[in-house]
Amino acid sequence: MPTTQAIPDPPCATSACSRSLLSIASLGVEEVSAILRLATELEEEDPVARARRLAHRRVALLFYEASTRTRTSFELAAKGLGADTALISSQSSSIEKGESLKDTGITLRALGAECIILRHLSSGAPYLLAKVTGLPVLNAGDGMHEHPSQALLDVRTMLRALQRSEGEPGETLLQGITVVITGDILHSRVARSNALLLPRLGARVILCGPPALLPEVALELGPGISIERDFDRALKQAQIVMMLRIQKERLTGVHIDLEEYTSRYQLNRDRLRASAPEAIVMHPGPMIRGLEISSEVADGPQSVIAEQVRNGVAIRMALIHRALVDPAPRTEAAAEAVAVKQPGAKKRGRA
Amino acid sequence: MSAMLIRGGHLVDPSAGVDAARDVLLKDGRVVAIEPPGKLNTAAKQAEAEIIEAKGLVVAPGLVDIHVHLREPGQGYKETIATGTAAAAAGGFTSVCAMPNTVPVNDSVETTRWMQSTERNPSARVFPIAAATRGSTGEALTEYGSLKAAGAVAVSDDGKPILGEAIMHQALAAAARAGLPVIQHAEDTRMTVGCSMNAGALAFRLGLRGMPVAAEAGLVERDIRLLSELKGGRAHLHVAHLSTAAALDAVRKARRNGLHVTCEVAPHHFVLTESEVGEYNTNAKMNPPLRAESDRKAMLEGLLDGSIDCIATDHAPHATHEKEQEFERAPNGITGLESALGLTLDLLHRKHKVSLSRLITLLSTQPANLLNLRGRGSLIAGAWADVVIFDPKAEWIFRAAATRSKSSNTPFDGWTMLGKVRMTISEGRVVYRAD
Repeated sequence: MPTTQAIPDPPCATSACSRSLLSIASLGVEEVSAILRLATELEEEDPVARARRLAHRRVALLFYEASTRTRTSFELAAKGLGADTALISSQSSSIEKGESLKDTGITLRALGAECIILRHLSSGAPYLLAKVTGLPVLNAGDGMHEHPSQALLDVRTMLRALQRSEGEPGETLLQGITVVITGDILHSRVARSNALLLPRLGARVILCGPPALLPEVALELGPGISIERDFDRALKQAQIVMMLRIQKERLTGVHIDLEEYTSRYQLNRDRLRASAPEAIVMHPGPMIRGLEISSEVADGPQSVIAEQVRNGVAIRMALIHRALVDPAPRTEAAAEAVAVKQPGAKKRGRA
Repeated sequence: MSAMLIRGGHLVDPSAGVDAARDVLLKDGRVVAIEPPGKLNTAAKQAEAEIIEAKGLVVAPGLVDIHVHLREPGQGYKETIATGTAAAAAGGFTSVCAMPNTVPVNDSVETTRWMQSTERNPSARVFPIAAATRGSTGEALTEYGSLKAAGAVAVSDDGKPILGEAIMHQALAAAARAGLPVIQHAEDTRMTVGCSMNAGALAFRLGLRGMPVAAEAGLVERDIRLLSELKGGRAHLHVAHLSTAAALDAVRKARRNGLHVTCEVAPHHFVLTESEVGEYNTNAKMNPPLRAESDRKAMLEGLLDGSIDCIATDHAPHATHEKEQEFERAPNGITGLESALGLTLDLLHRKHKVSLSRLITLLSTQPANLLNLRGRGSLIAGAWADVVIFDPKAEWIFRAAATRSKSSNTPFDGWTMLGKVRMTISEGRVVYRAD
């Protein structure tokens, strides 16, 4: 039996890195709280004053993969803070001619980008971009790896739906809450980021799905995670249920019988009524209505799916602000902790 | 060619059972005599031999690497035979066996000869391993007899494993008739589509598709079964760069059953684990991938108990722009010729108390024997004058930027190594001398 042990946070070697968001695991819980508070502060601010915060600062949105919600909300977030944005997508740029990620990043930096928001189909691509450009990079979803801004906006959505305060200490924000994440966990960066974050905020995470889409190794993401293959049994424990789409584009050699899948794992009205009549229903989108979720549930009174999208803008404002504005006055202690960590970060031992 | 007397050193030559103070006289590219200190002074004077002082140093048969990628012909931007063998010489290697995944694939007598030509300006002896099937496509066998006559020492489709049972059966049978080993890169590629590291919790965490242990072990087991079904018993299967405990167990079992199965392990597989991938470090990406700690330990045990026959580097140079890509896009492989001895001395000799004699057995004597490299891996009189002289106690820092290879894709940049090569002699010619 493999041991359940969290994989340590990656070291933060540069200040650009500390203002990047590559993995949710690199954010301490107090930093998560600070981002949540900043999101609210920015959201509530007078739009004219807010638009002066990052006036004429340059933010690049580099998207190698299709996106509706993430791209639009990052763009609206940057614009809401007054920043200039440039959108580069793989279909209408020199990426089509074979330009590398490194050269694309260097080009954007030369054009004055101070922060790059990257959506990429390859896991880990944001690490490479941060390394070669030295700029803060916000991971807007990389392959099957992570989608950290989604996890943060999900937490914001959960807190609001549960009518909890975001002013509580980070470790207790979701104390006593059980979140069931159901579906294609294997290919889901949203599932990884949430499973890595929610237990640290006090929640219990139950992953649910068939073995082909949810291997046992998922337990080793960290503590506070369990697997329940029976969706109804999982639902009975849930205050929150998060549904995921089957990522057909990433299924390599995995065959899923959709009819069987639907009967066992679809969140529909009957199932919700029987097992979780009070639970909050979430979905990161895009949804395939009629497959993992029925229309009645997606549009029903328990659904906060549209709230998730709305919260994306506030969270992403906070992340862009954090990337571009020197955090020293607000989190001096955290910055110091990073500085102390640095000397050891690059040292190598012998085998 | 001039003569040389290597004087005052400690000779470690497992082929002759020597582990003692000895002087070594070389002449015309061959070993002339080995005698206790001082006994060769007269002979050396007569031969007007150059004197090489080896006091405090180990003198051993030049190291033999039966698994390297020299990239020529076709990919000279990664490595050439000249630069690859210069790196070999700097690492103490005097014989290297070059895998056939060149462009074009080395499946012909012409390419096999071309690689061995002195026009390539080699600093070590190059022994080509020819493709087992035409174009390494796994469809039709190459001409083993004529490839062997042209200098090929084994056949392999390294990197493109021979999956078809019928063709592997044919390859083993034909290679046995020709007196060549079949080297298999054991990976059932049907199980590793889109994979870029070892399967397991870390791959899941990083969102990377993982290569299961079974993809290696399964093909090793399949090949062993095919070998056992062959009649005559002369066929020799050699498993390249073994990386999993399960595959090693299969090899052990086959050997107990009397089958001619041998195997090699690369230094990175007994030094590093998958955790080296860290933040998507492409210099920790190779195939087979770095594995779990239990597999690393199994490789170490296999070296200690003798079930692994030799150490081979799988030296696989790639240009910087190729490795500076998204992890999943970056090519597999790391350089290895200049770090192999230093890593092996540190881990096997210093930490695990493996004798120098055993270490030279793994790095020179046995690899030479496996591929029948006559007169290599030994310093008995008449053998080739292939010698490495190293200081077994010297520590040094390995710098990728200072490599003789054309590429610097190594995870060992900045590591402290044990055992500094002072001089490498290939067929009587000094091909490397430390500053």
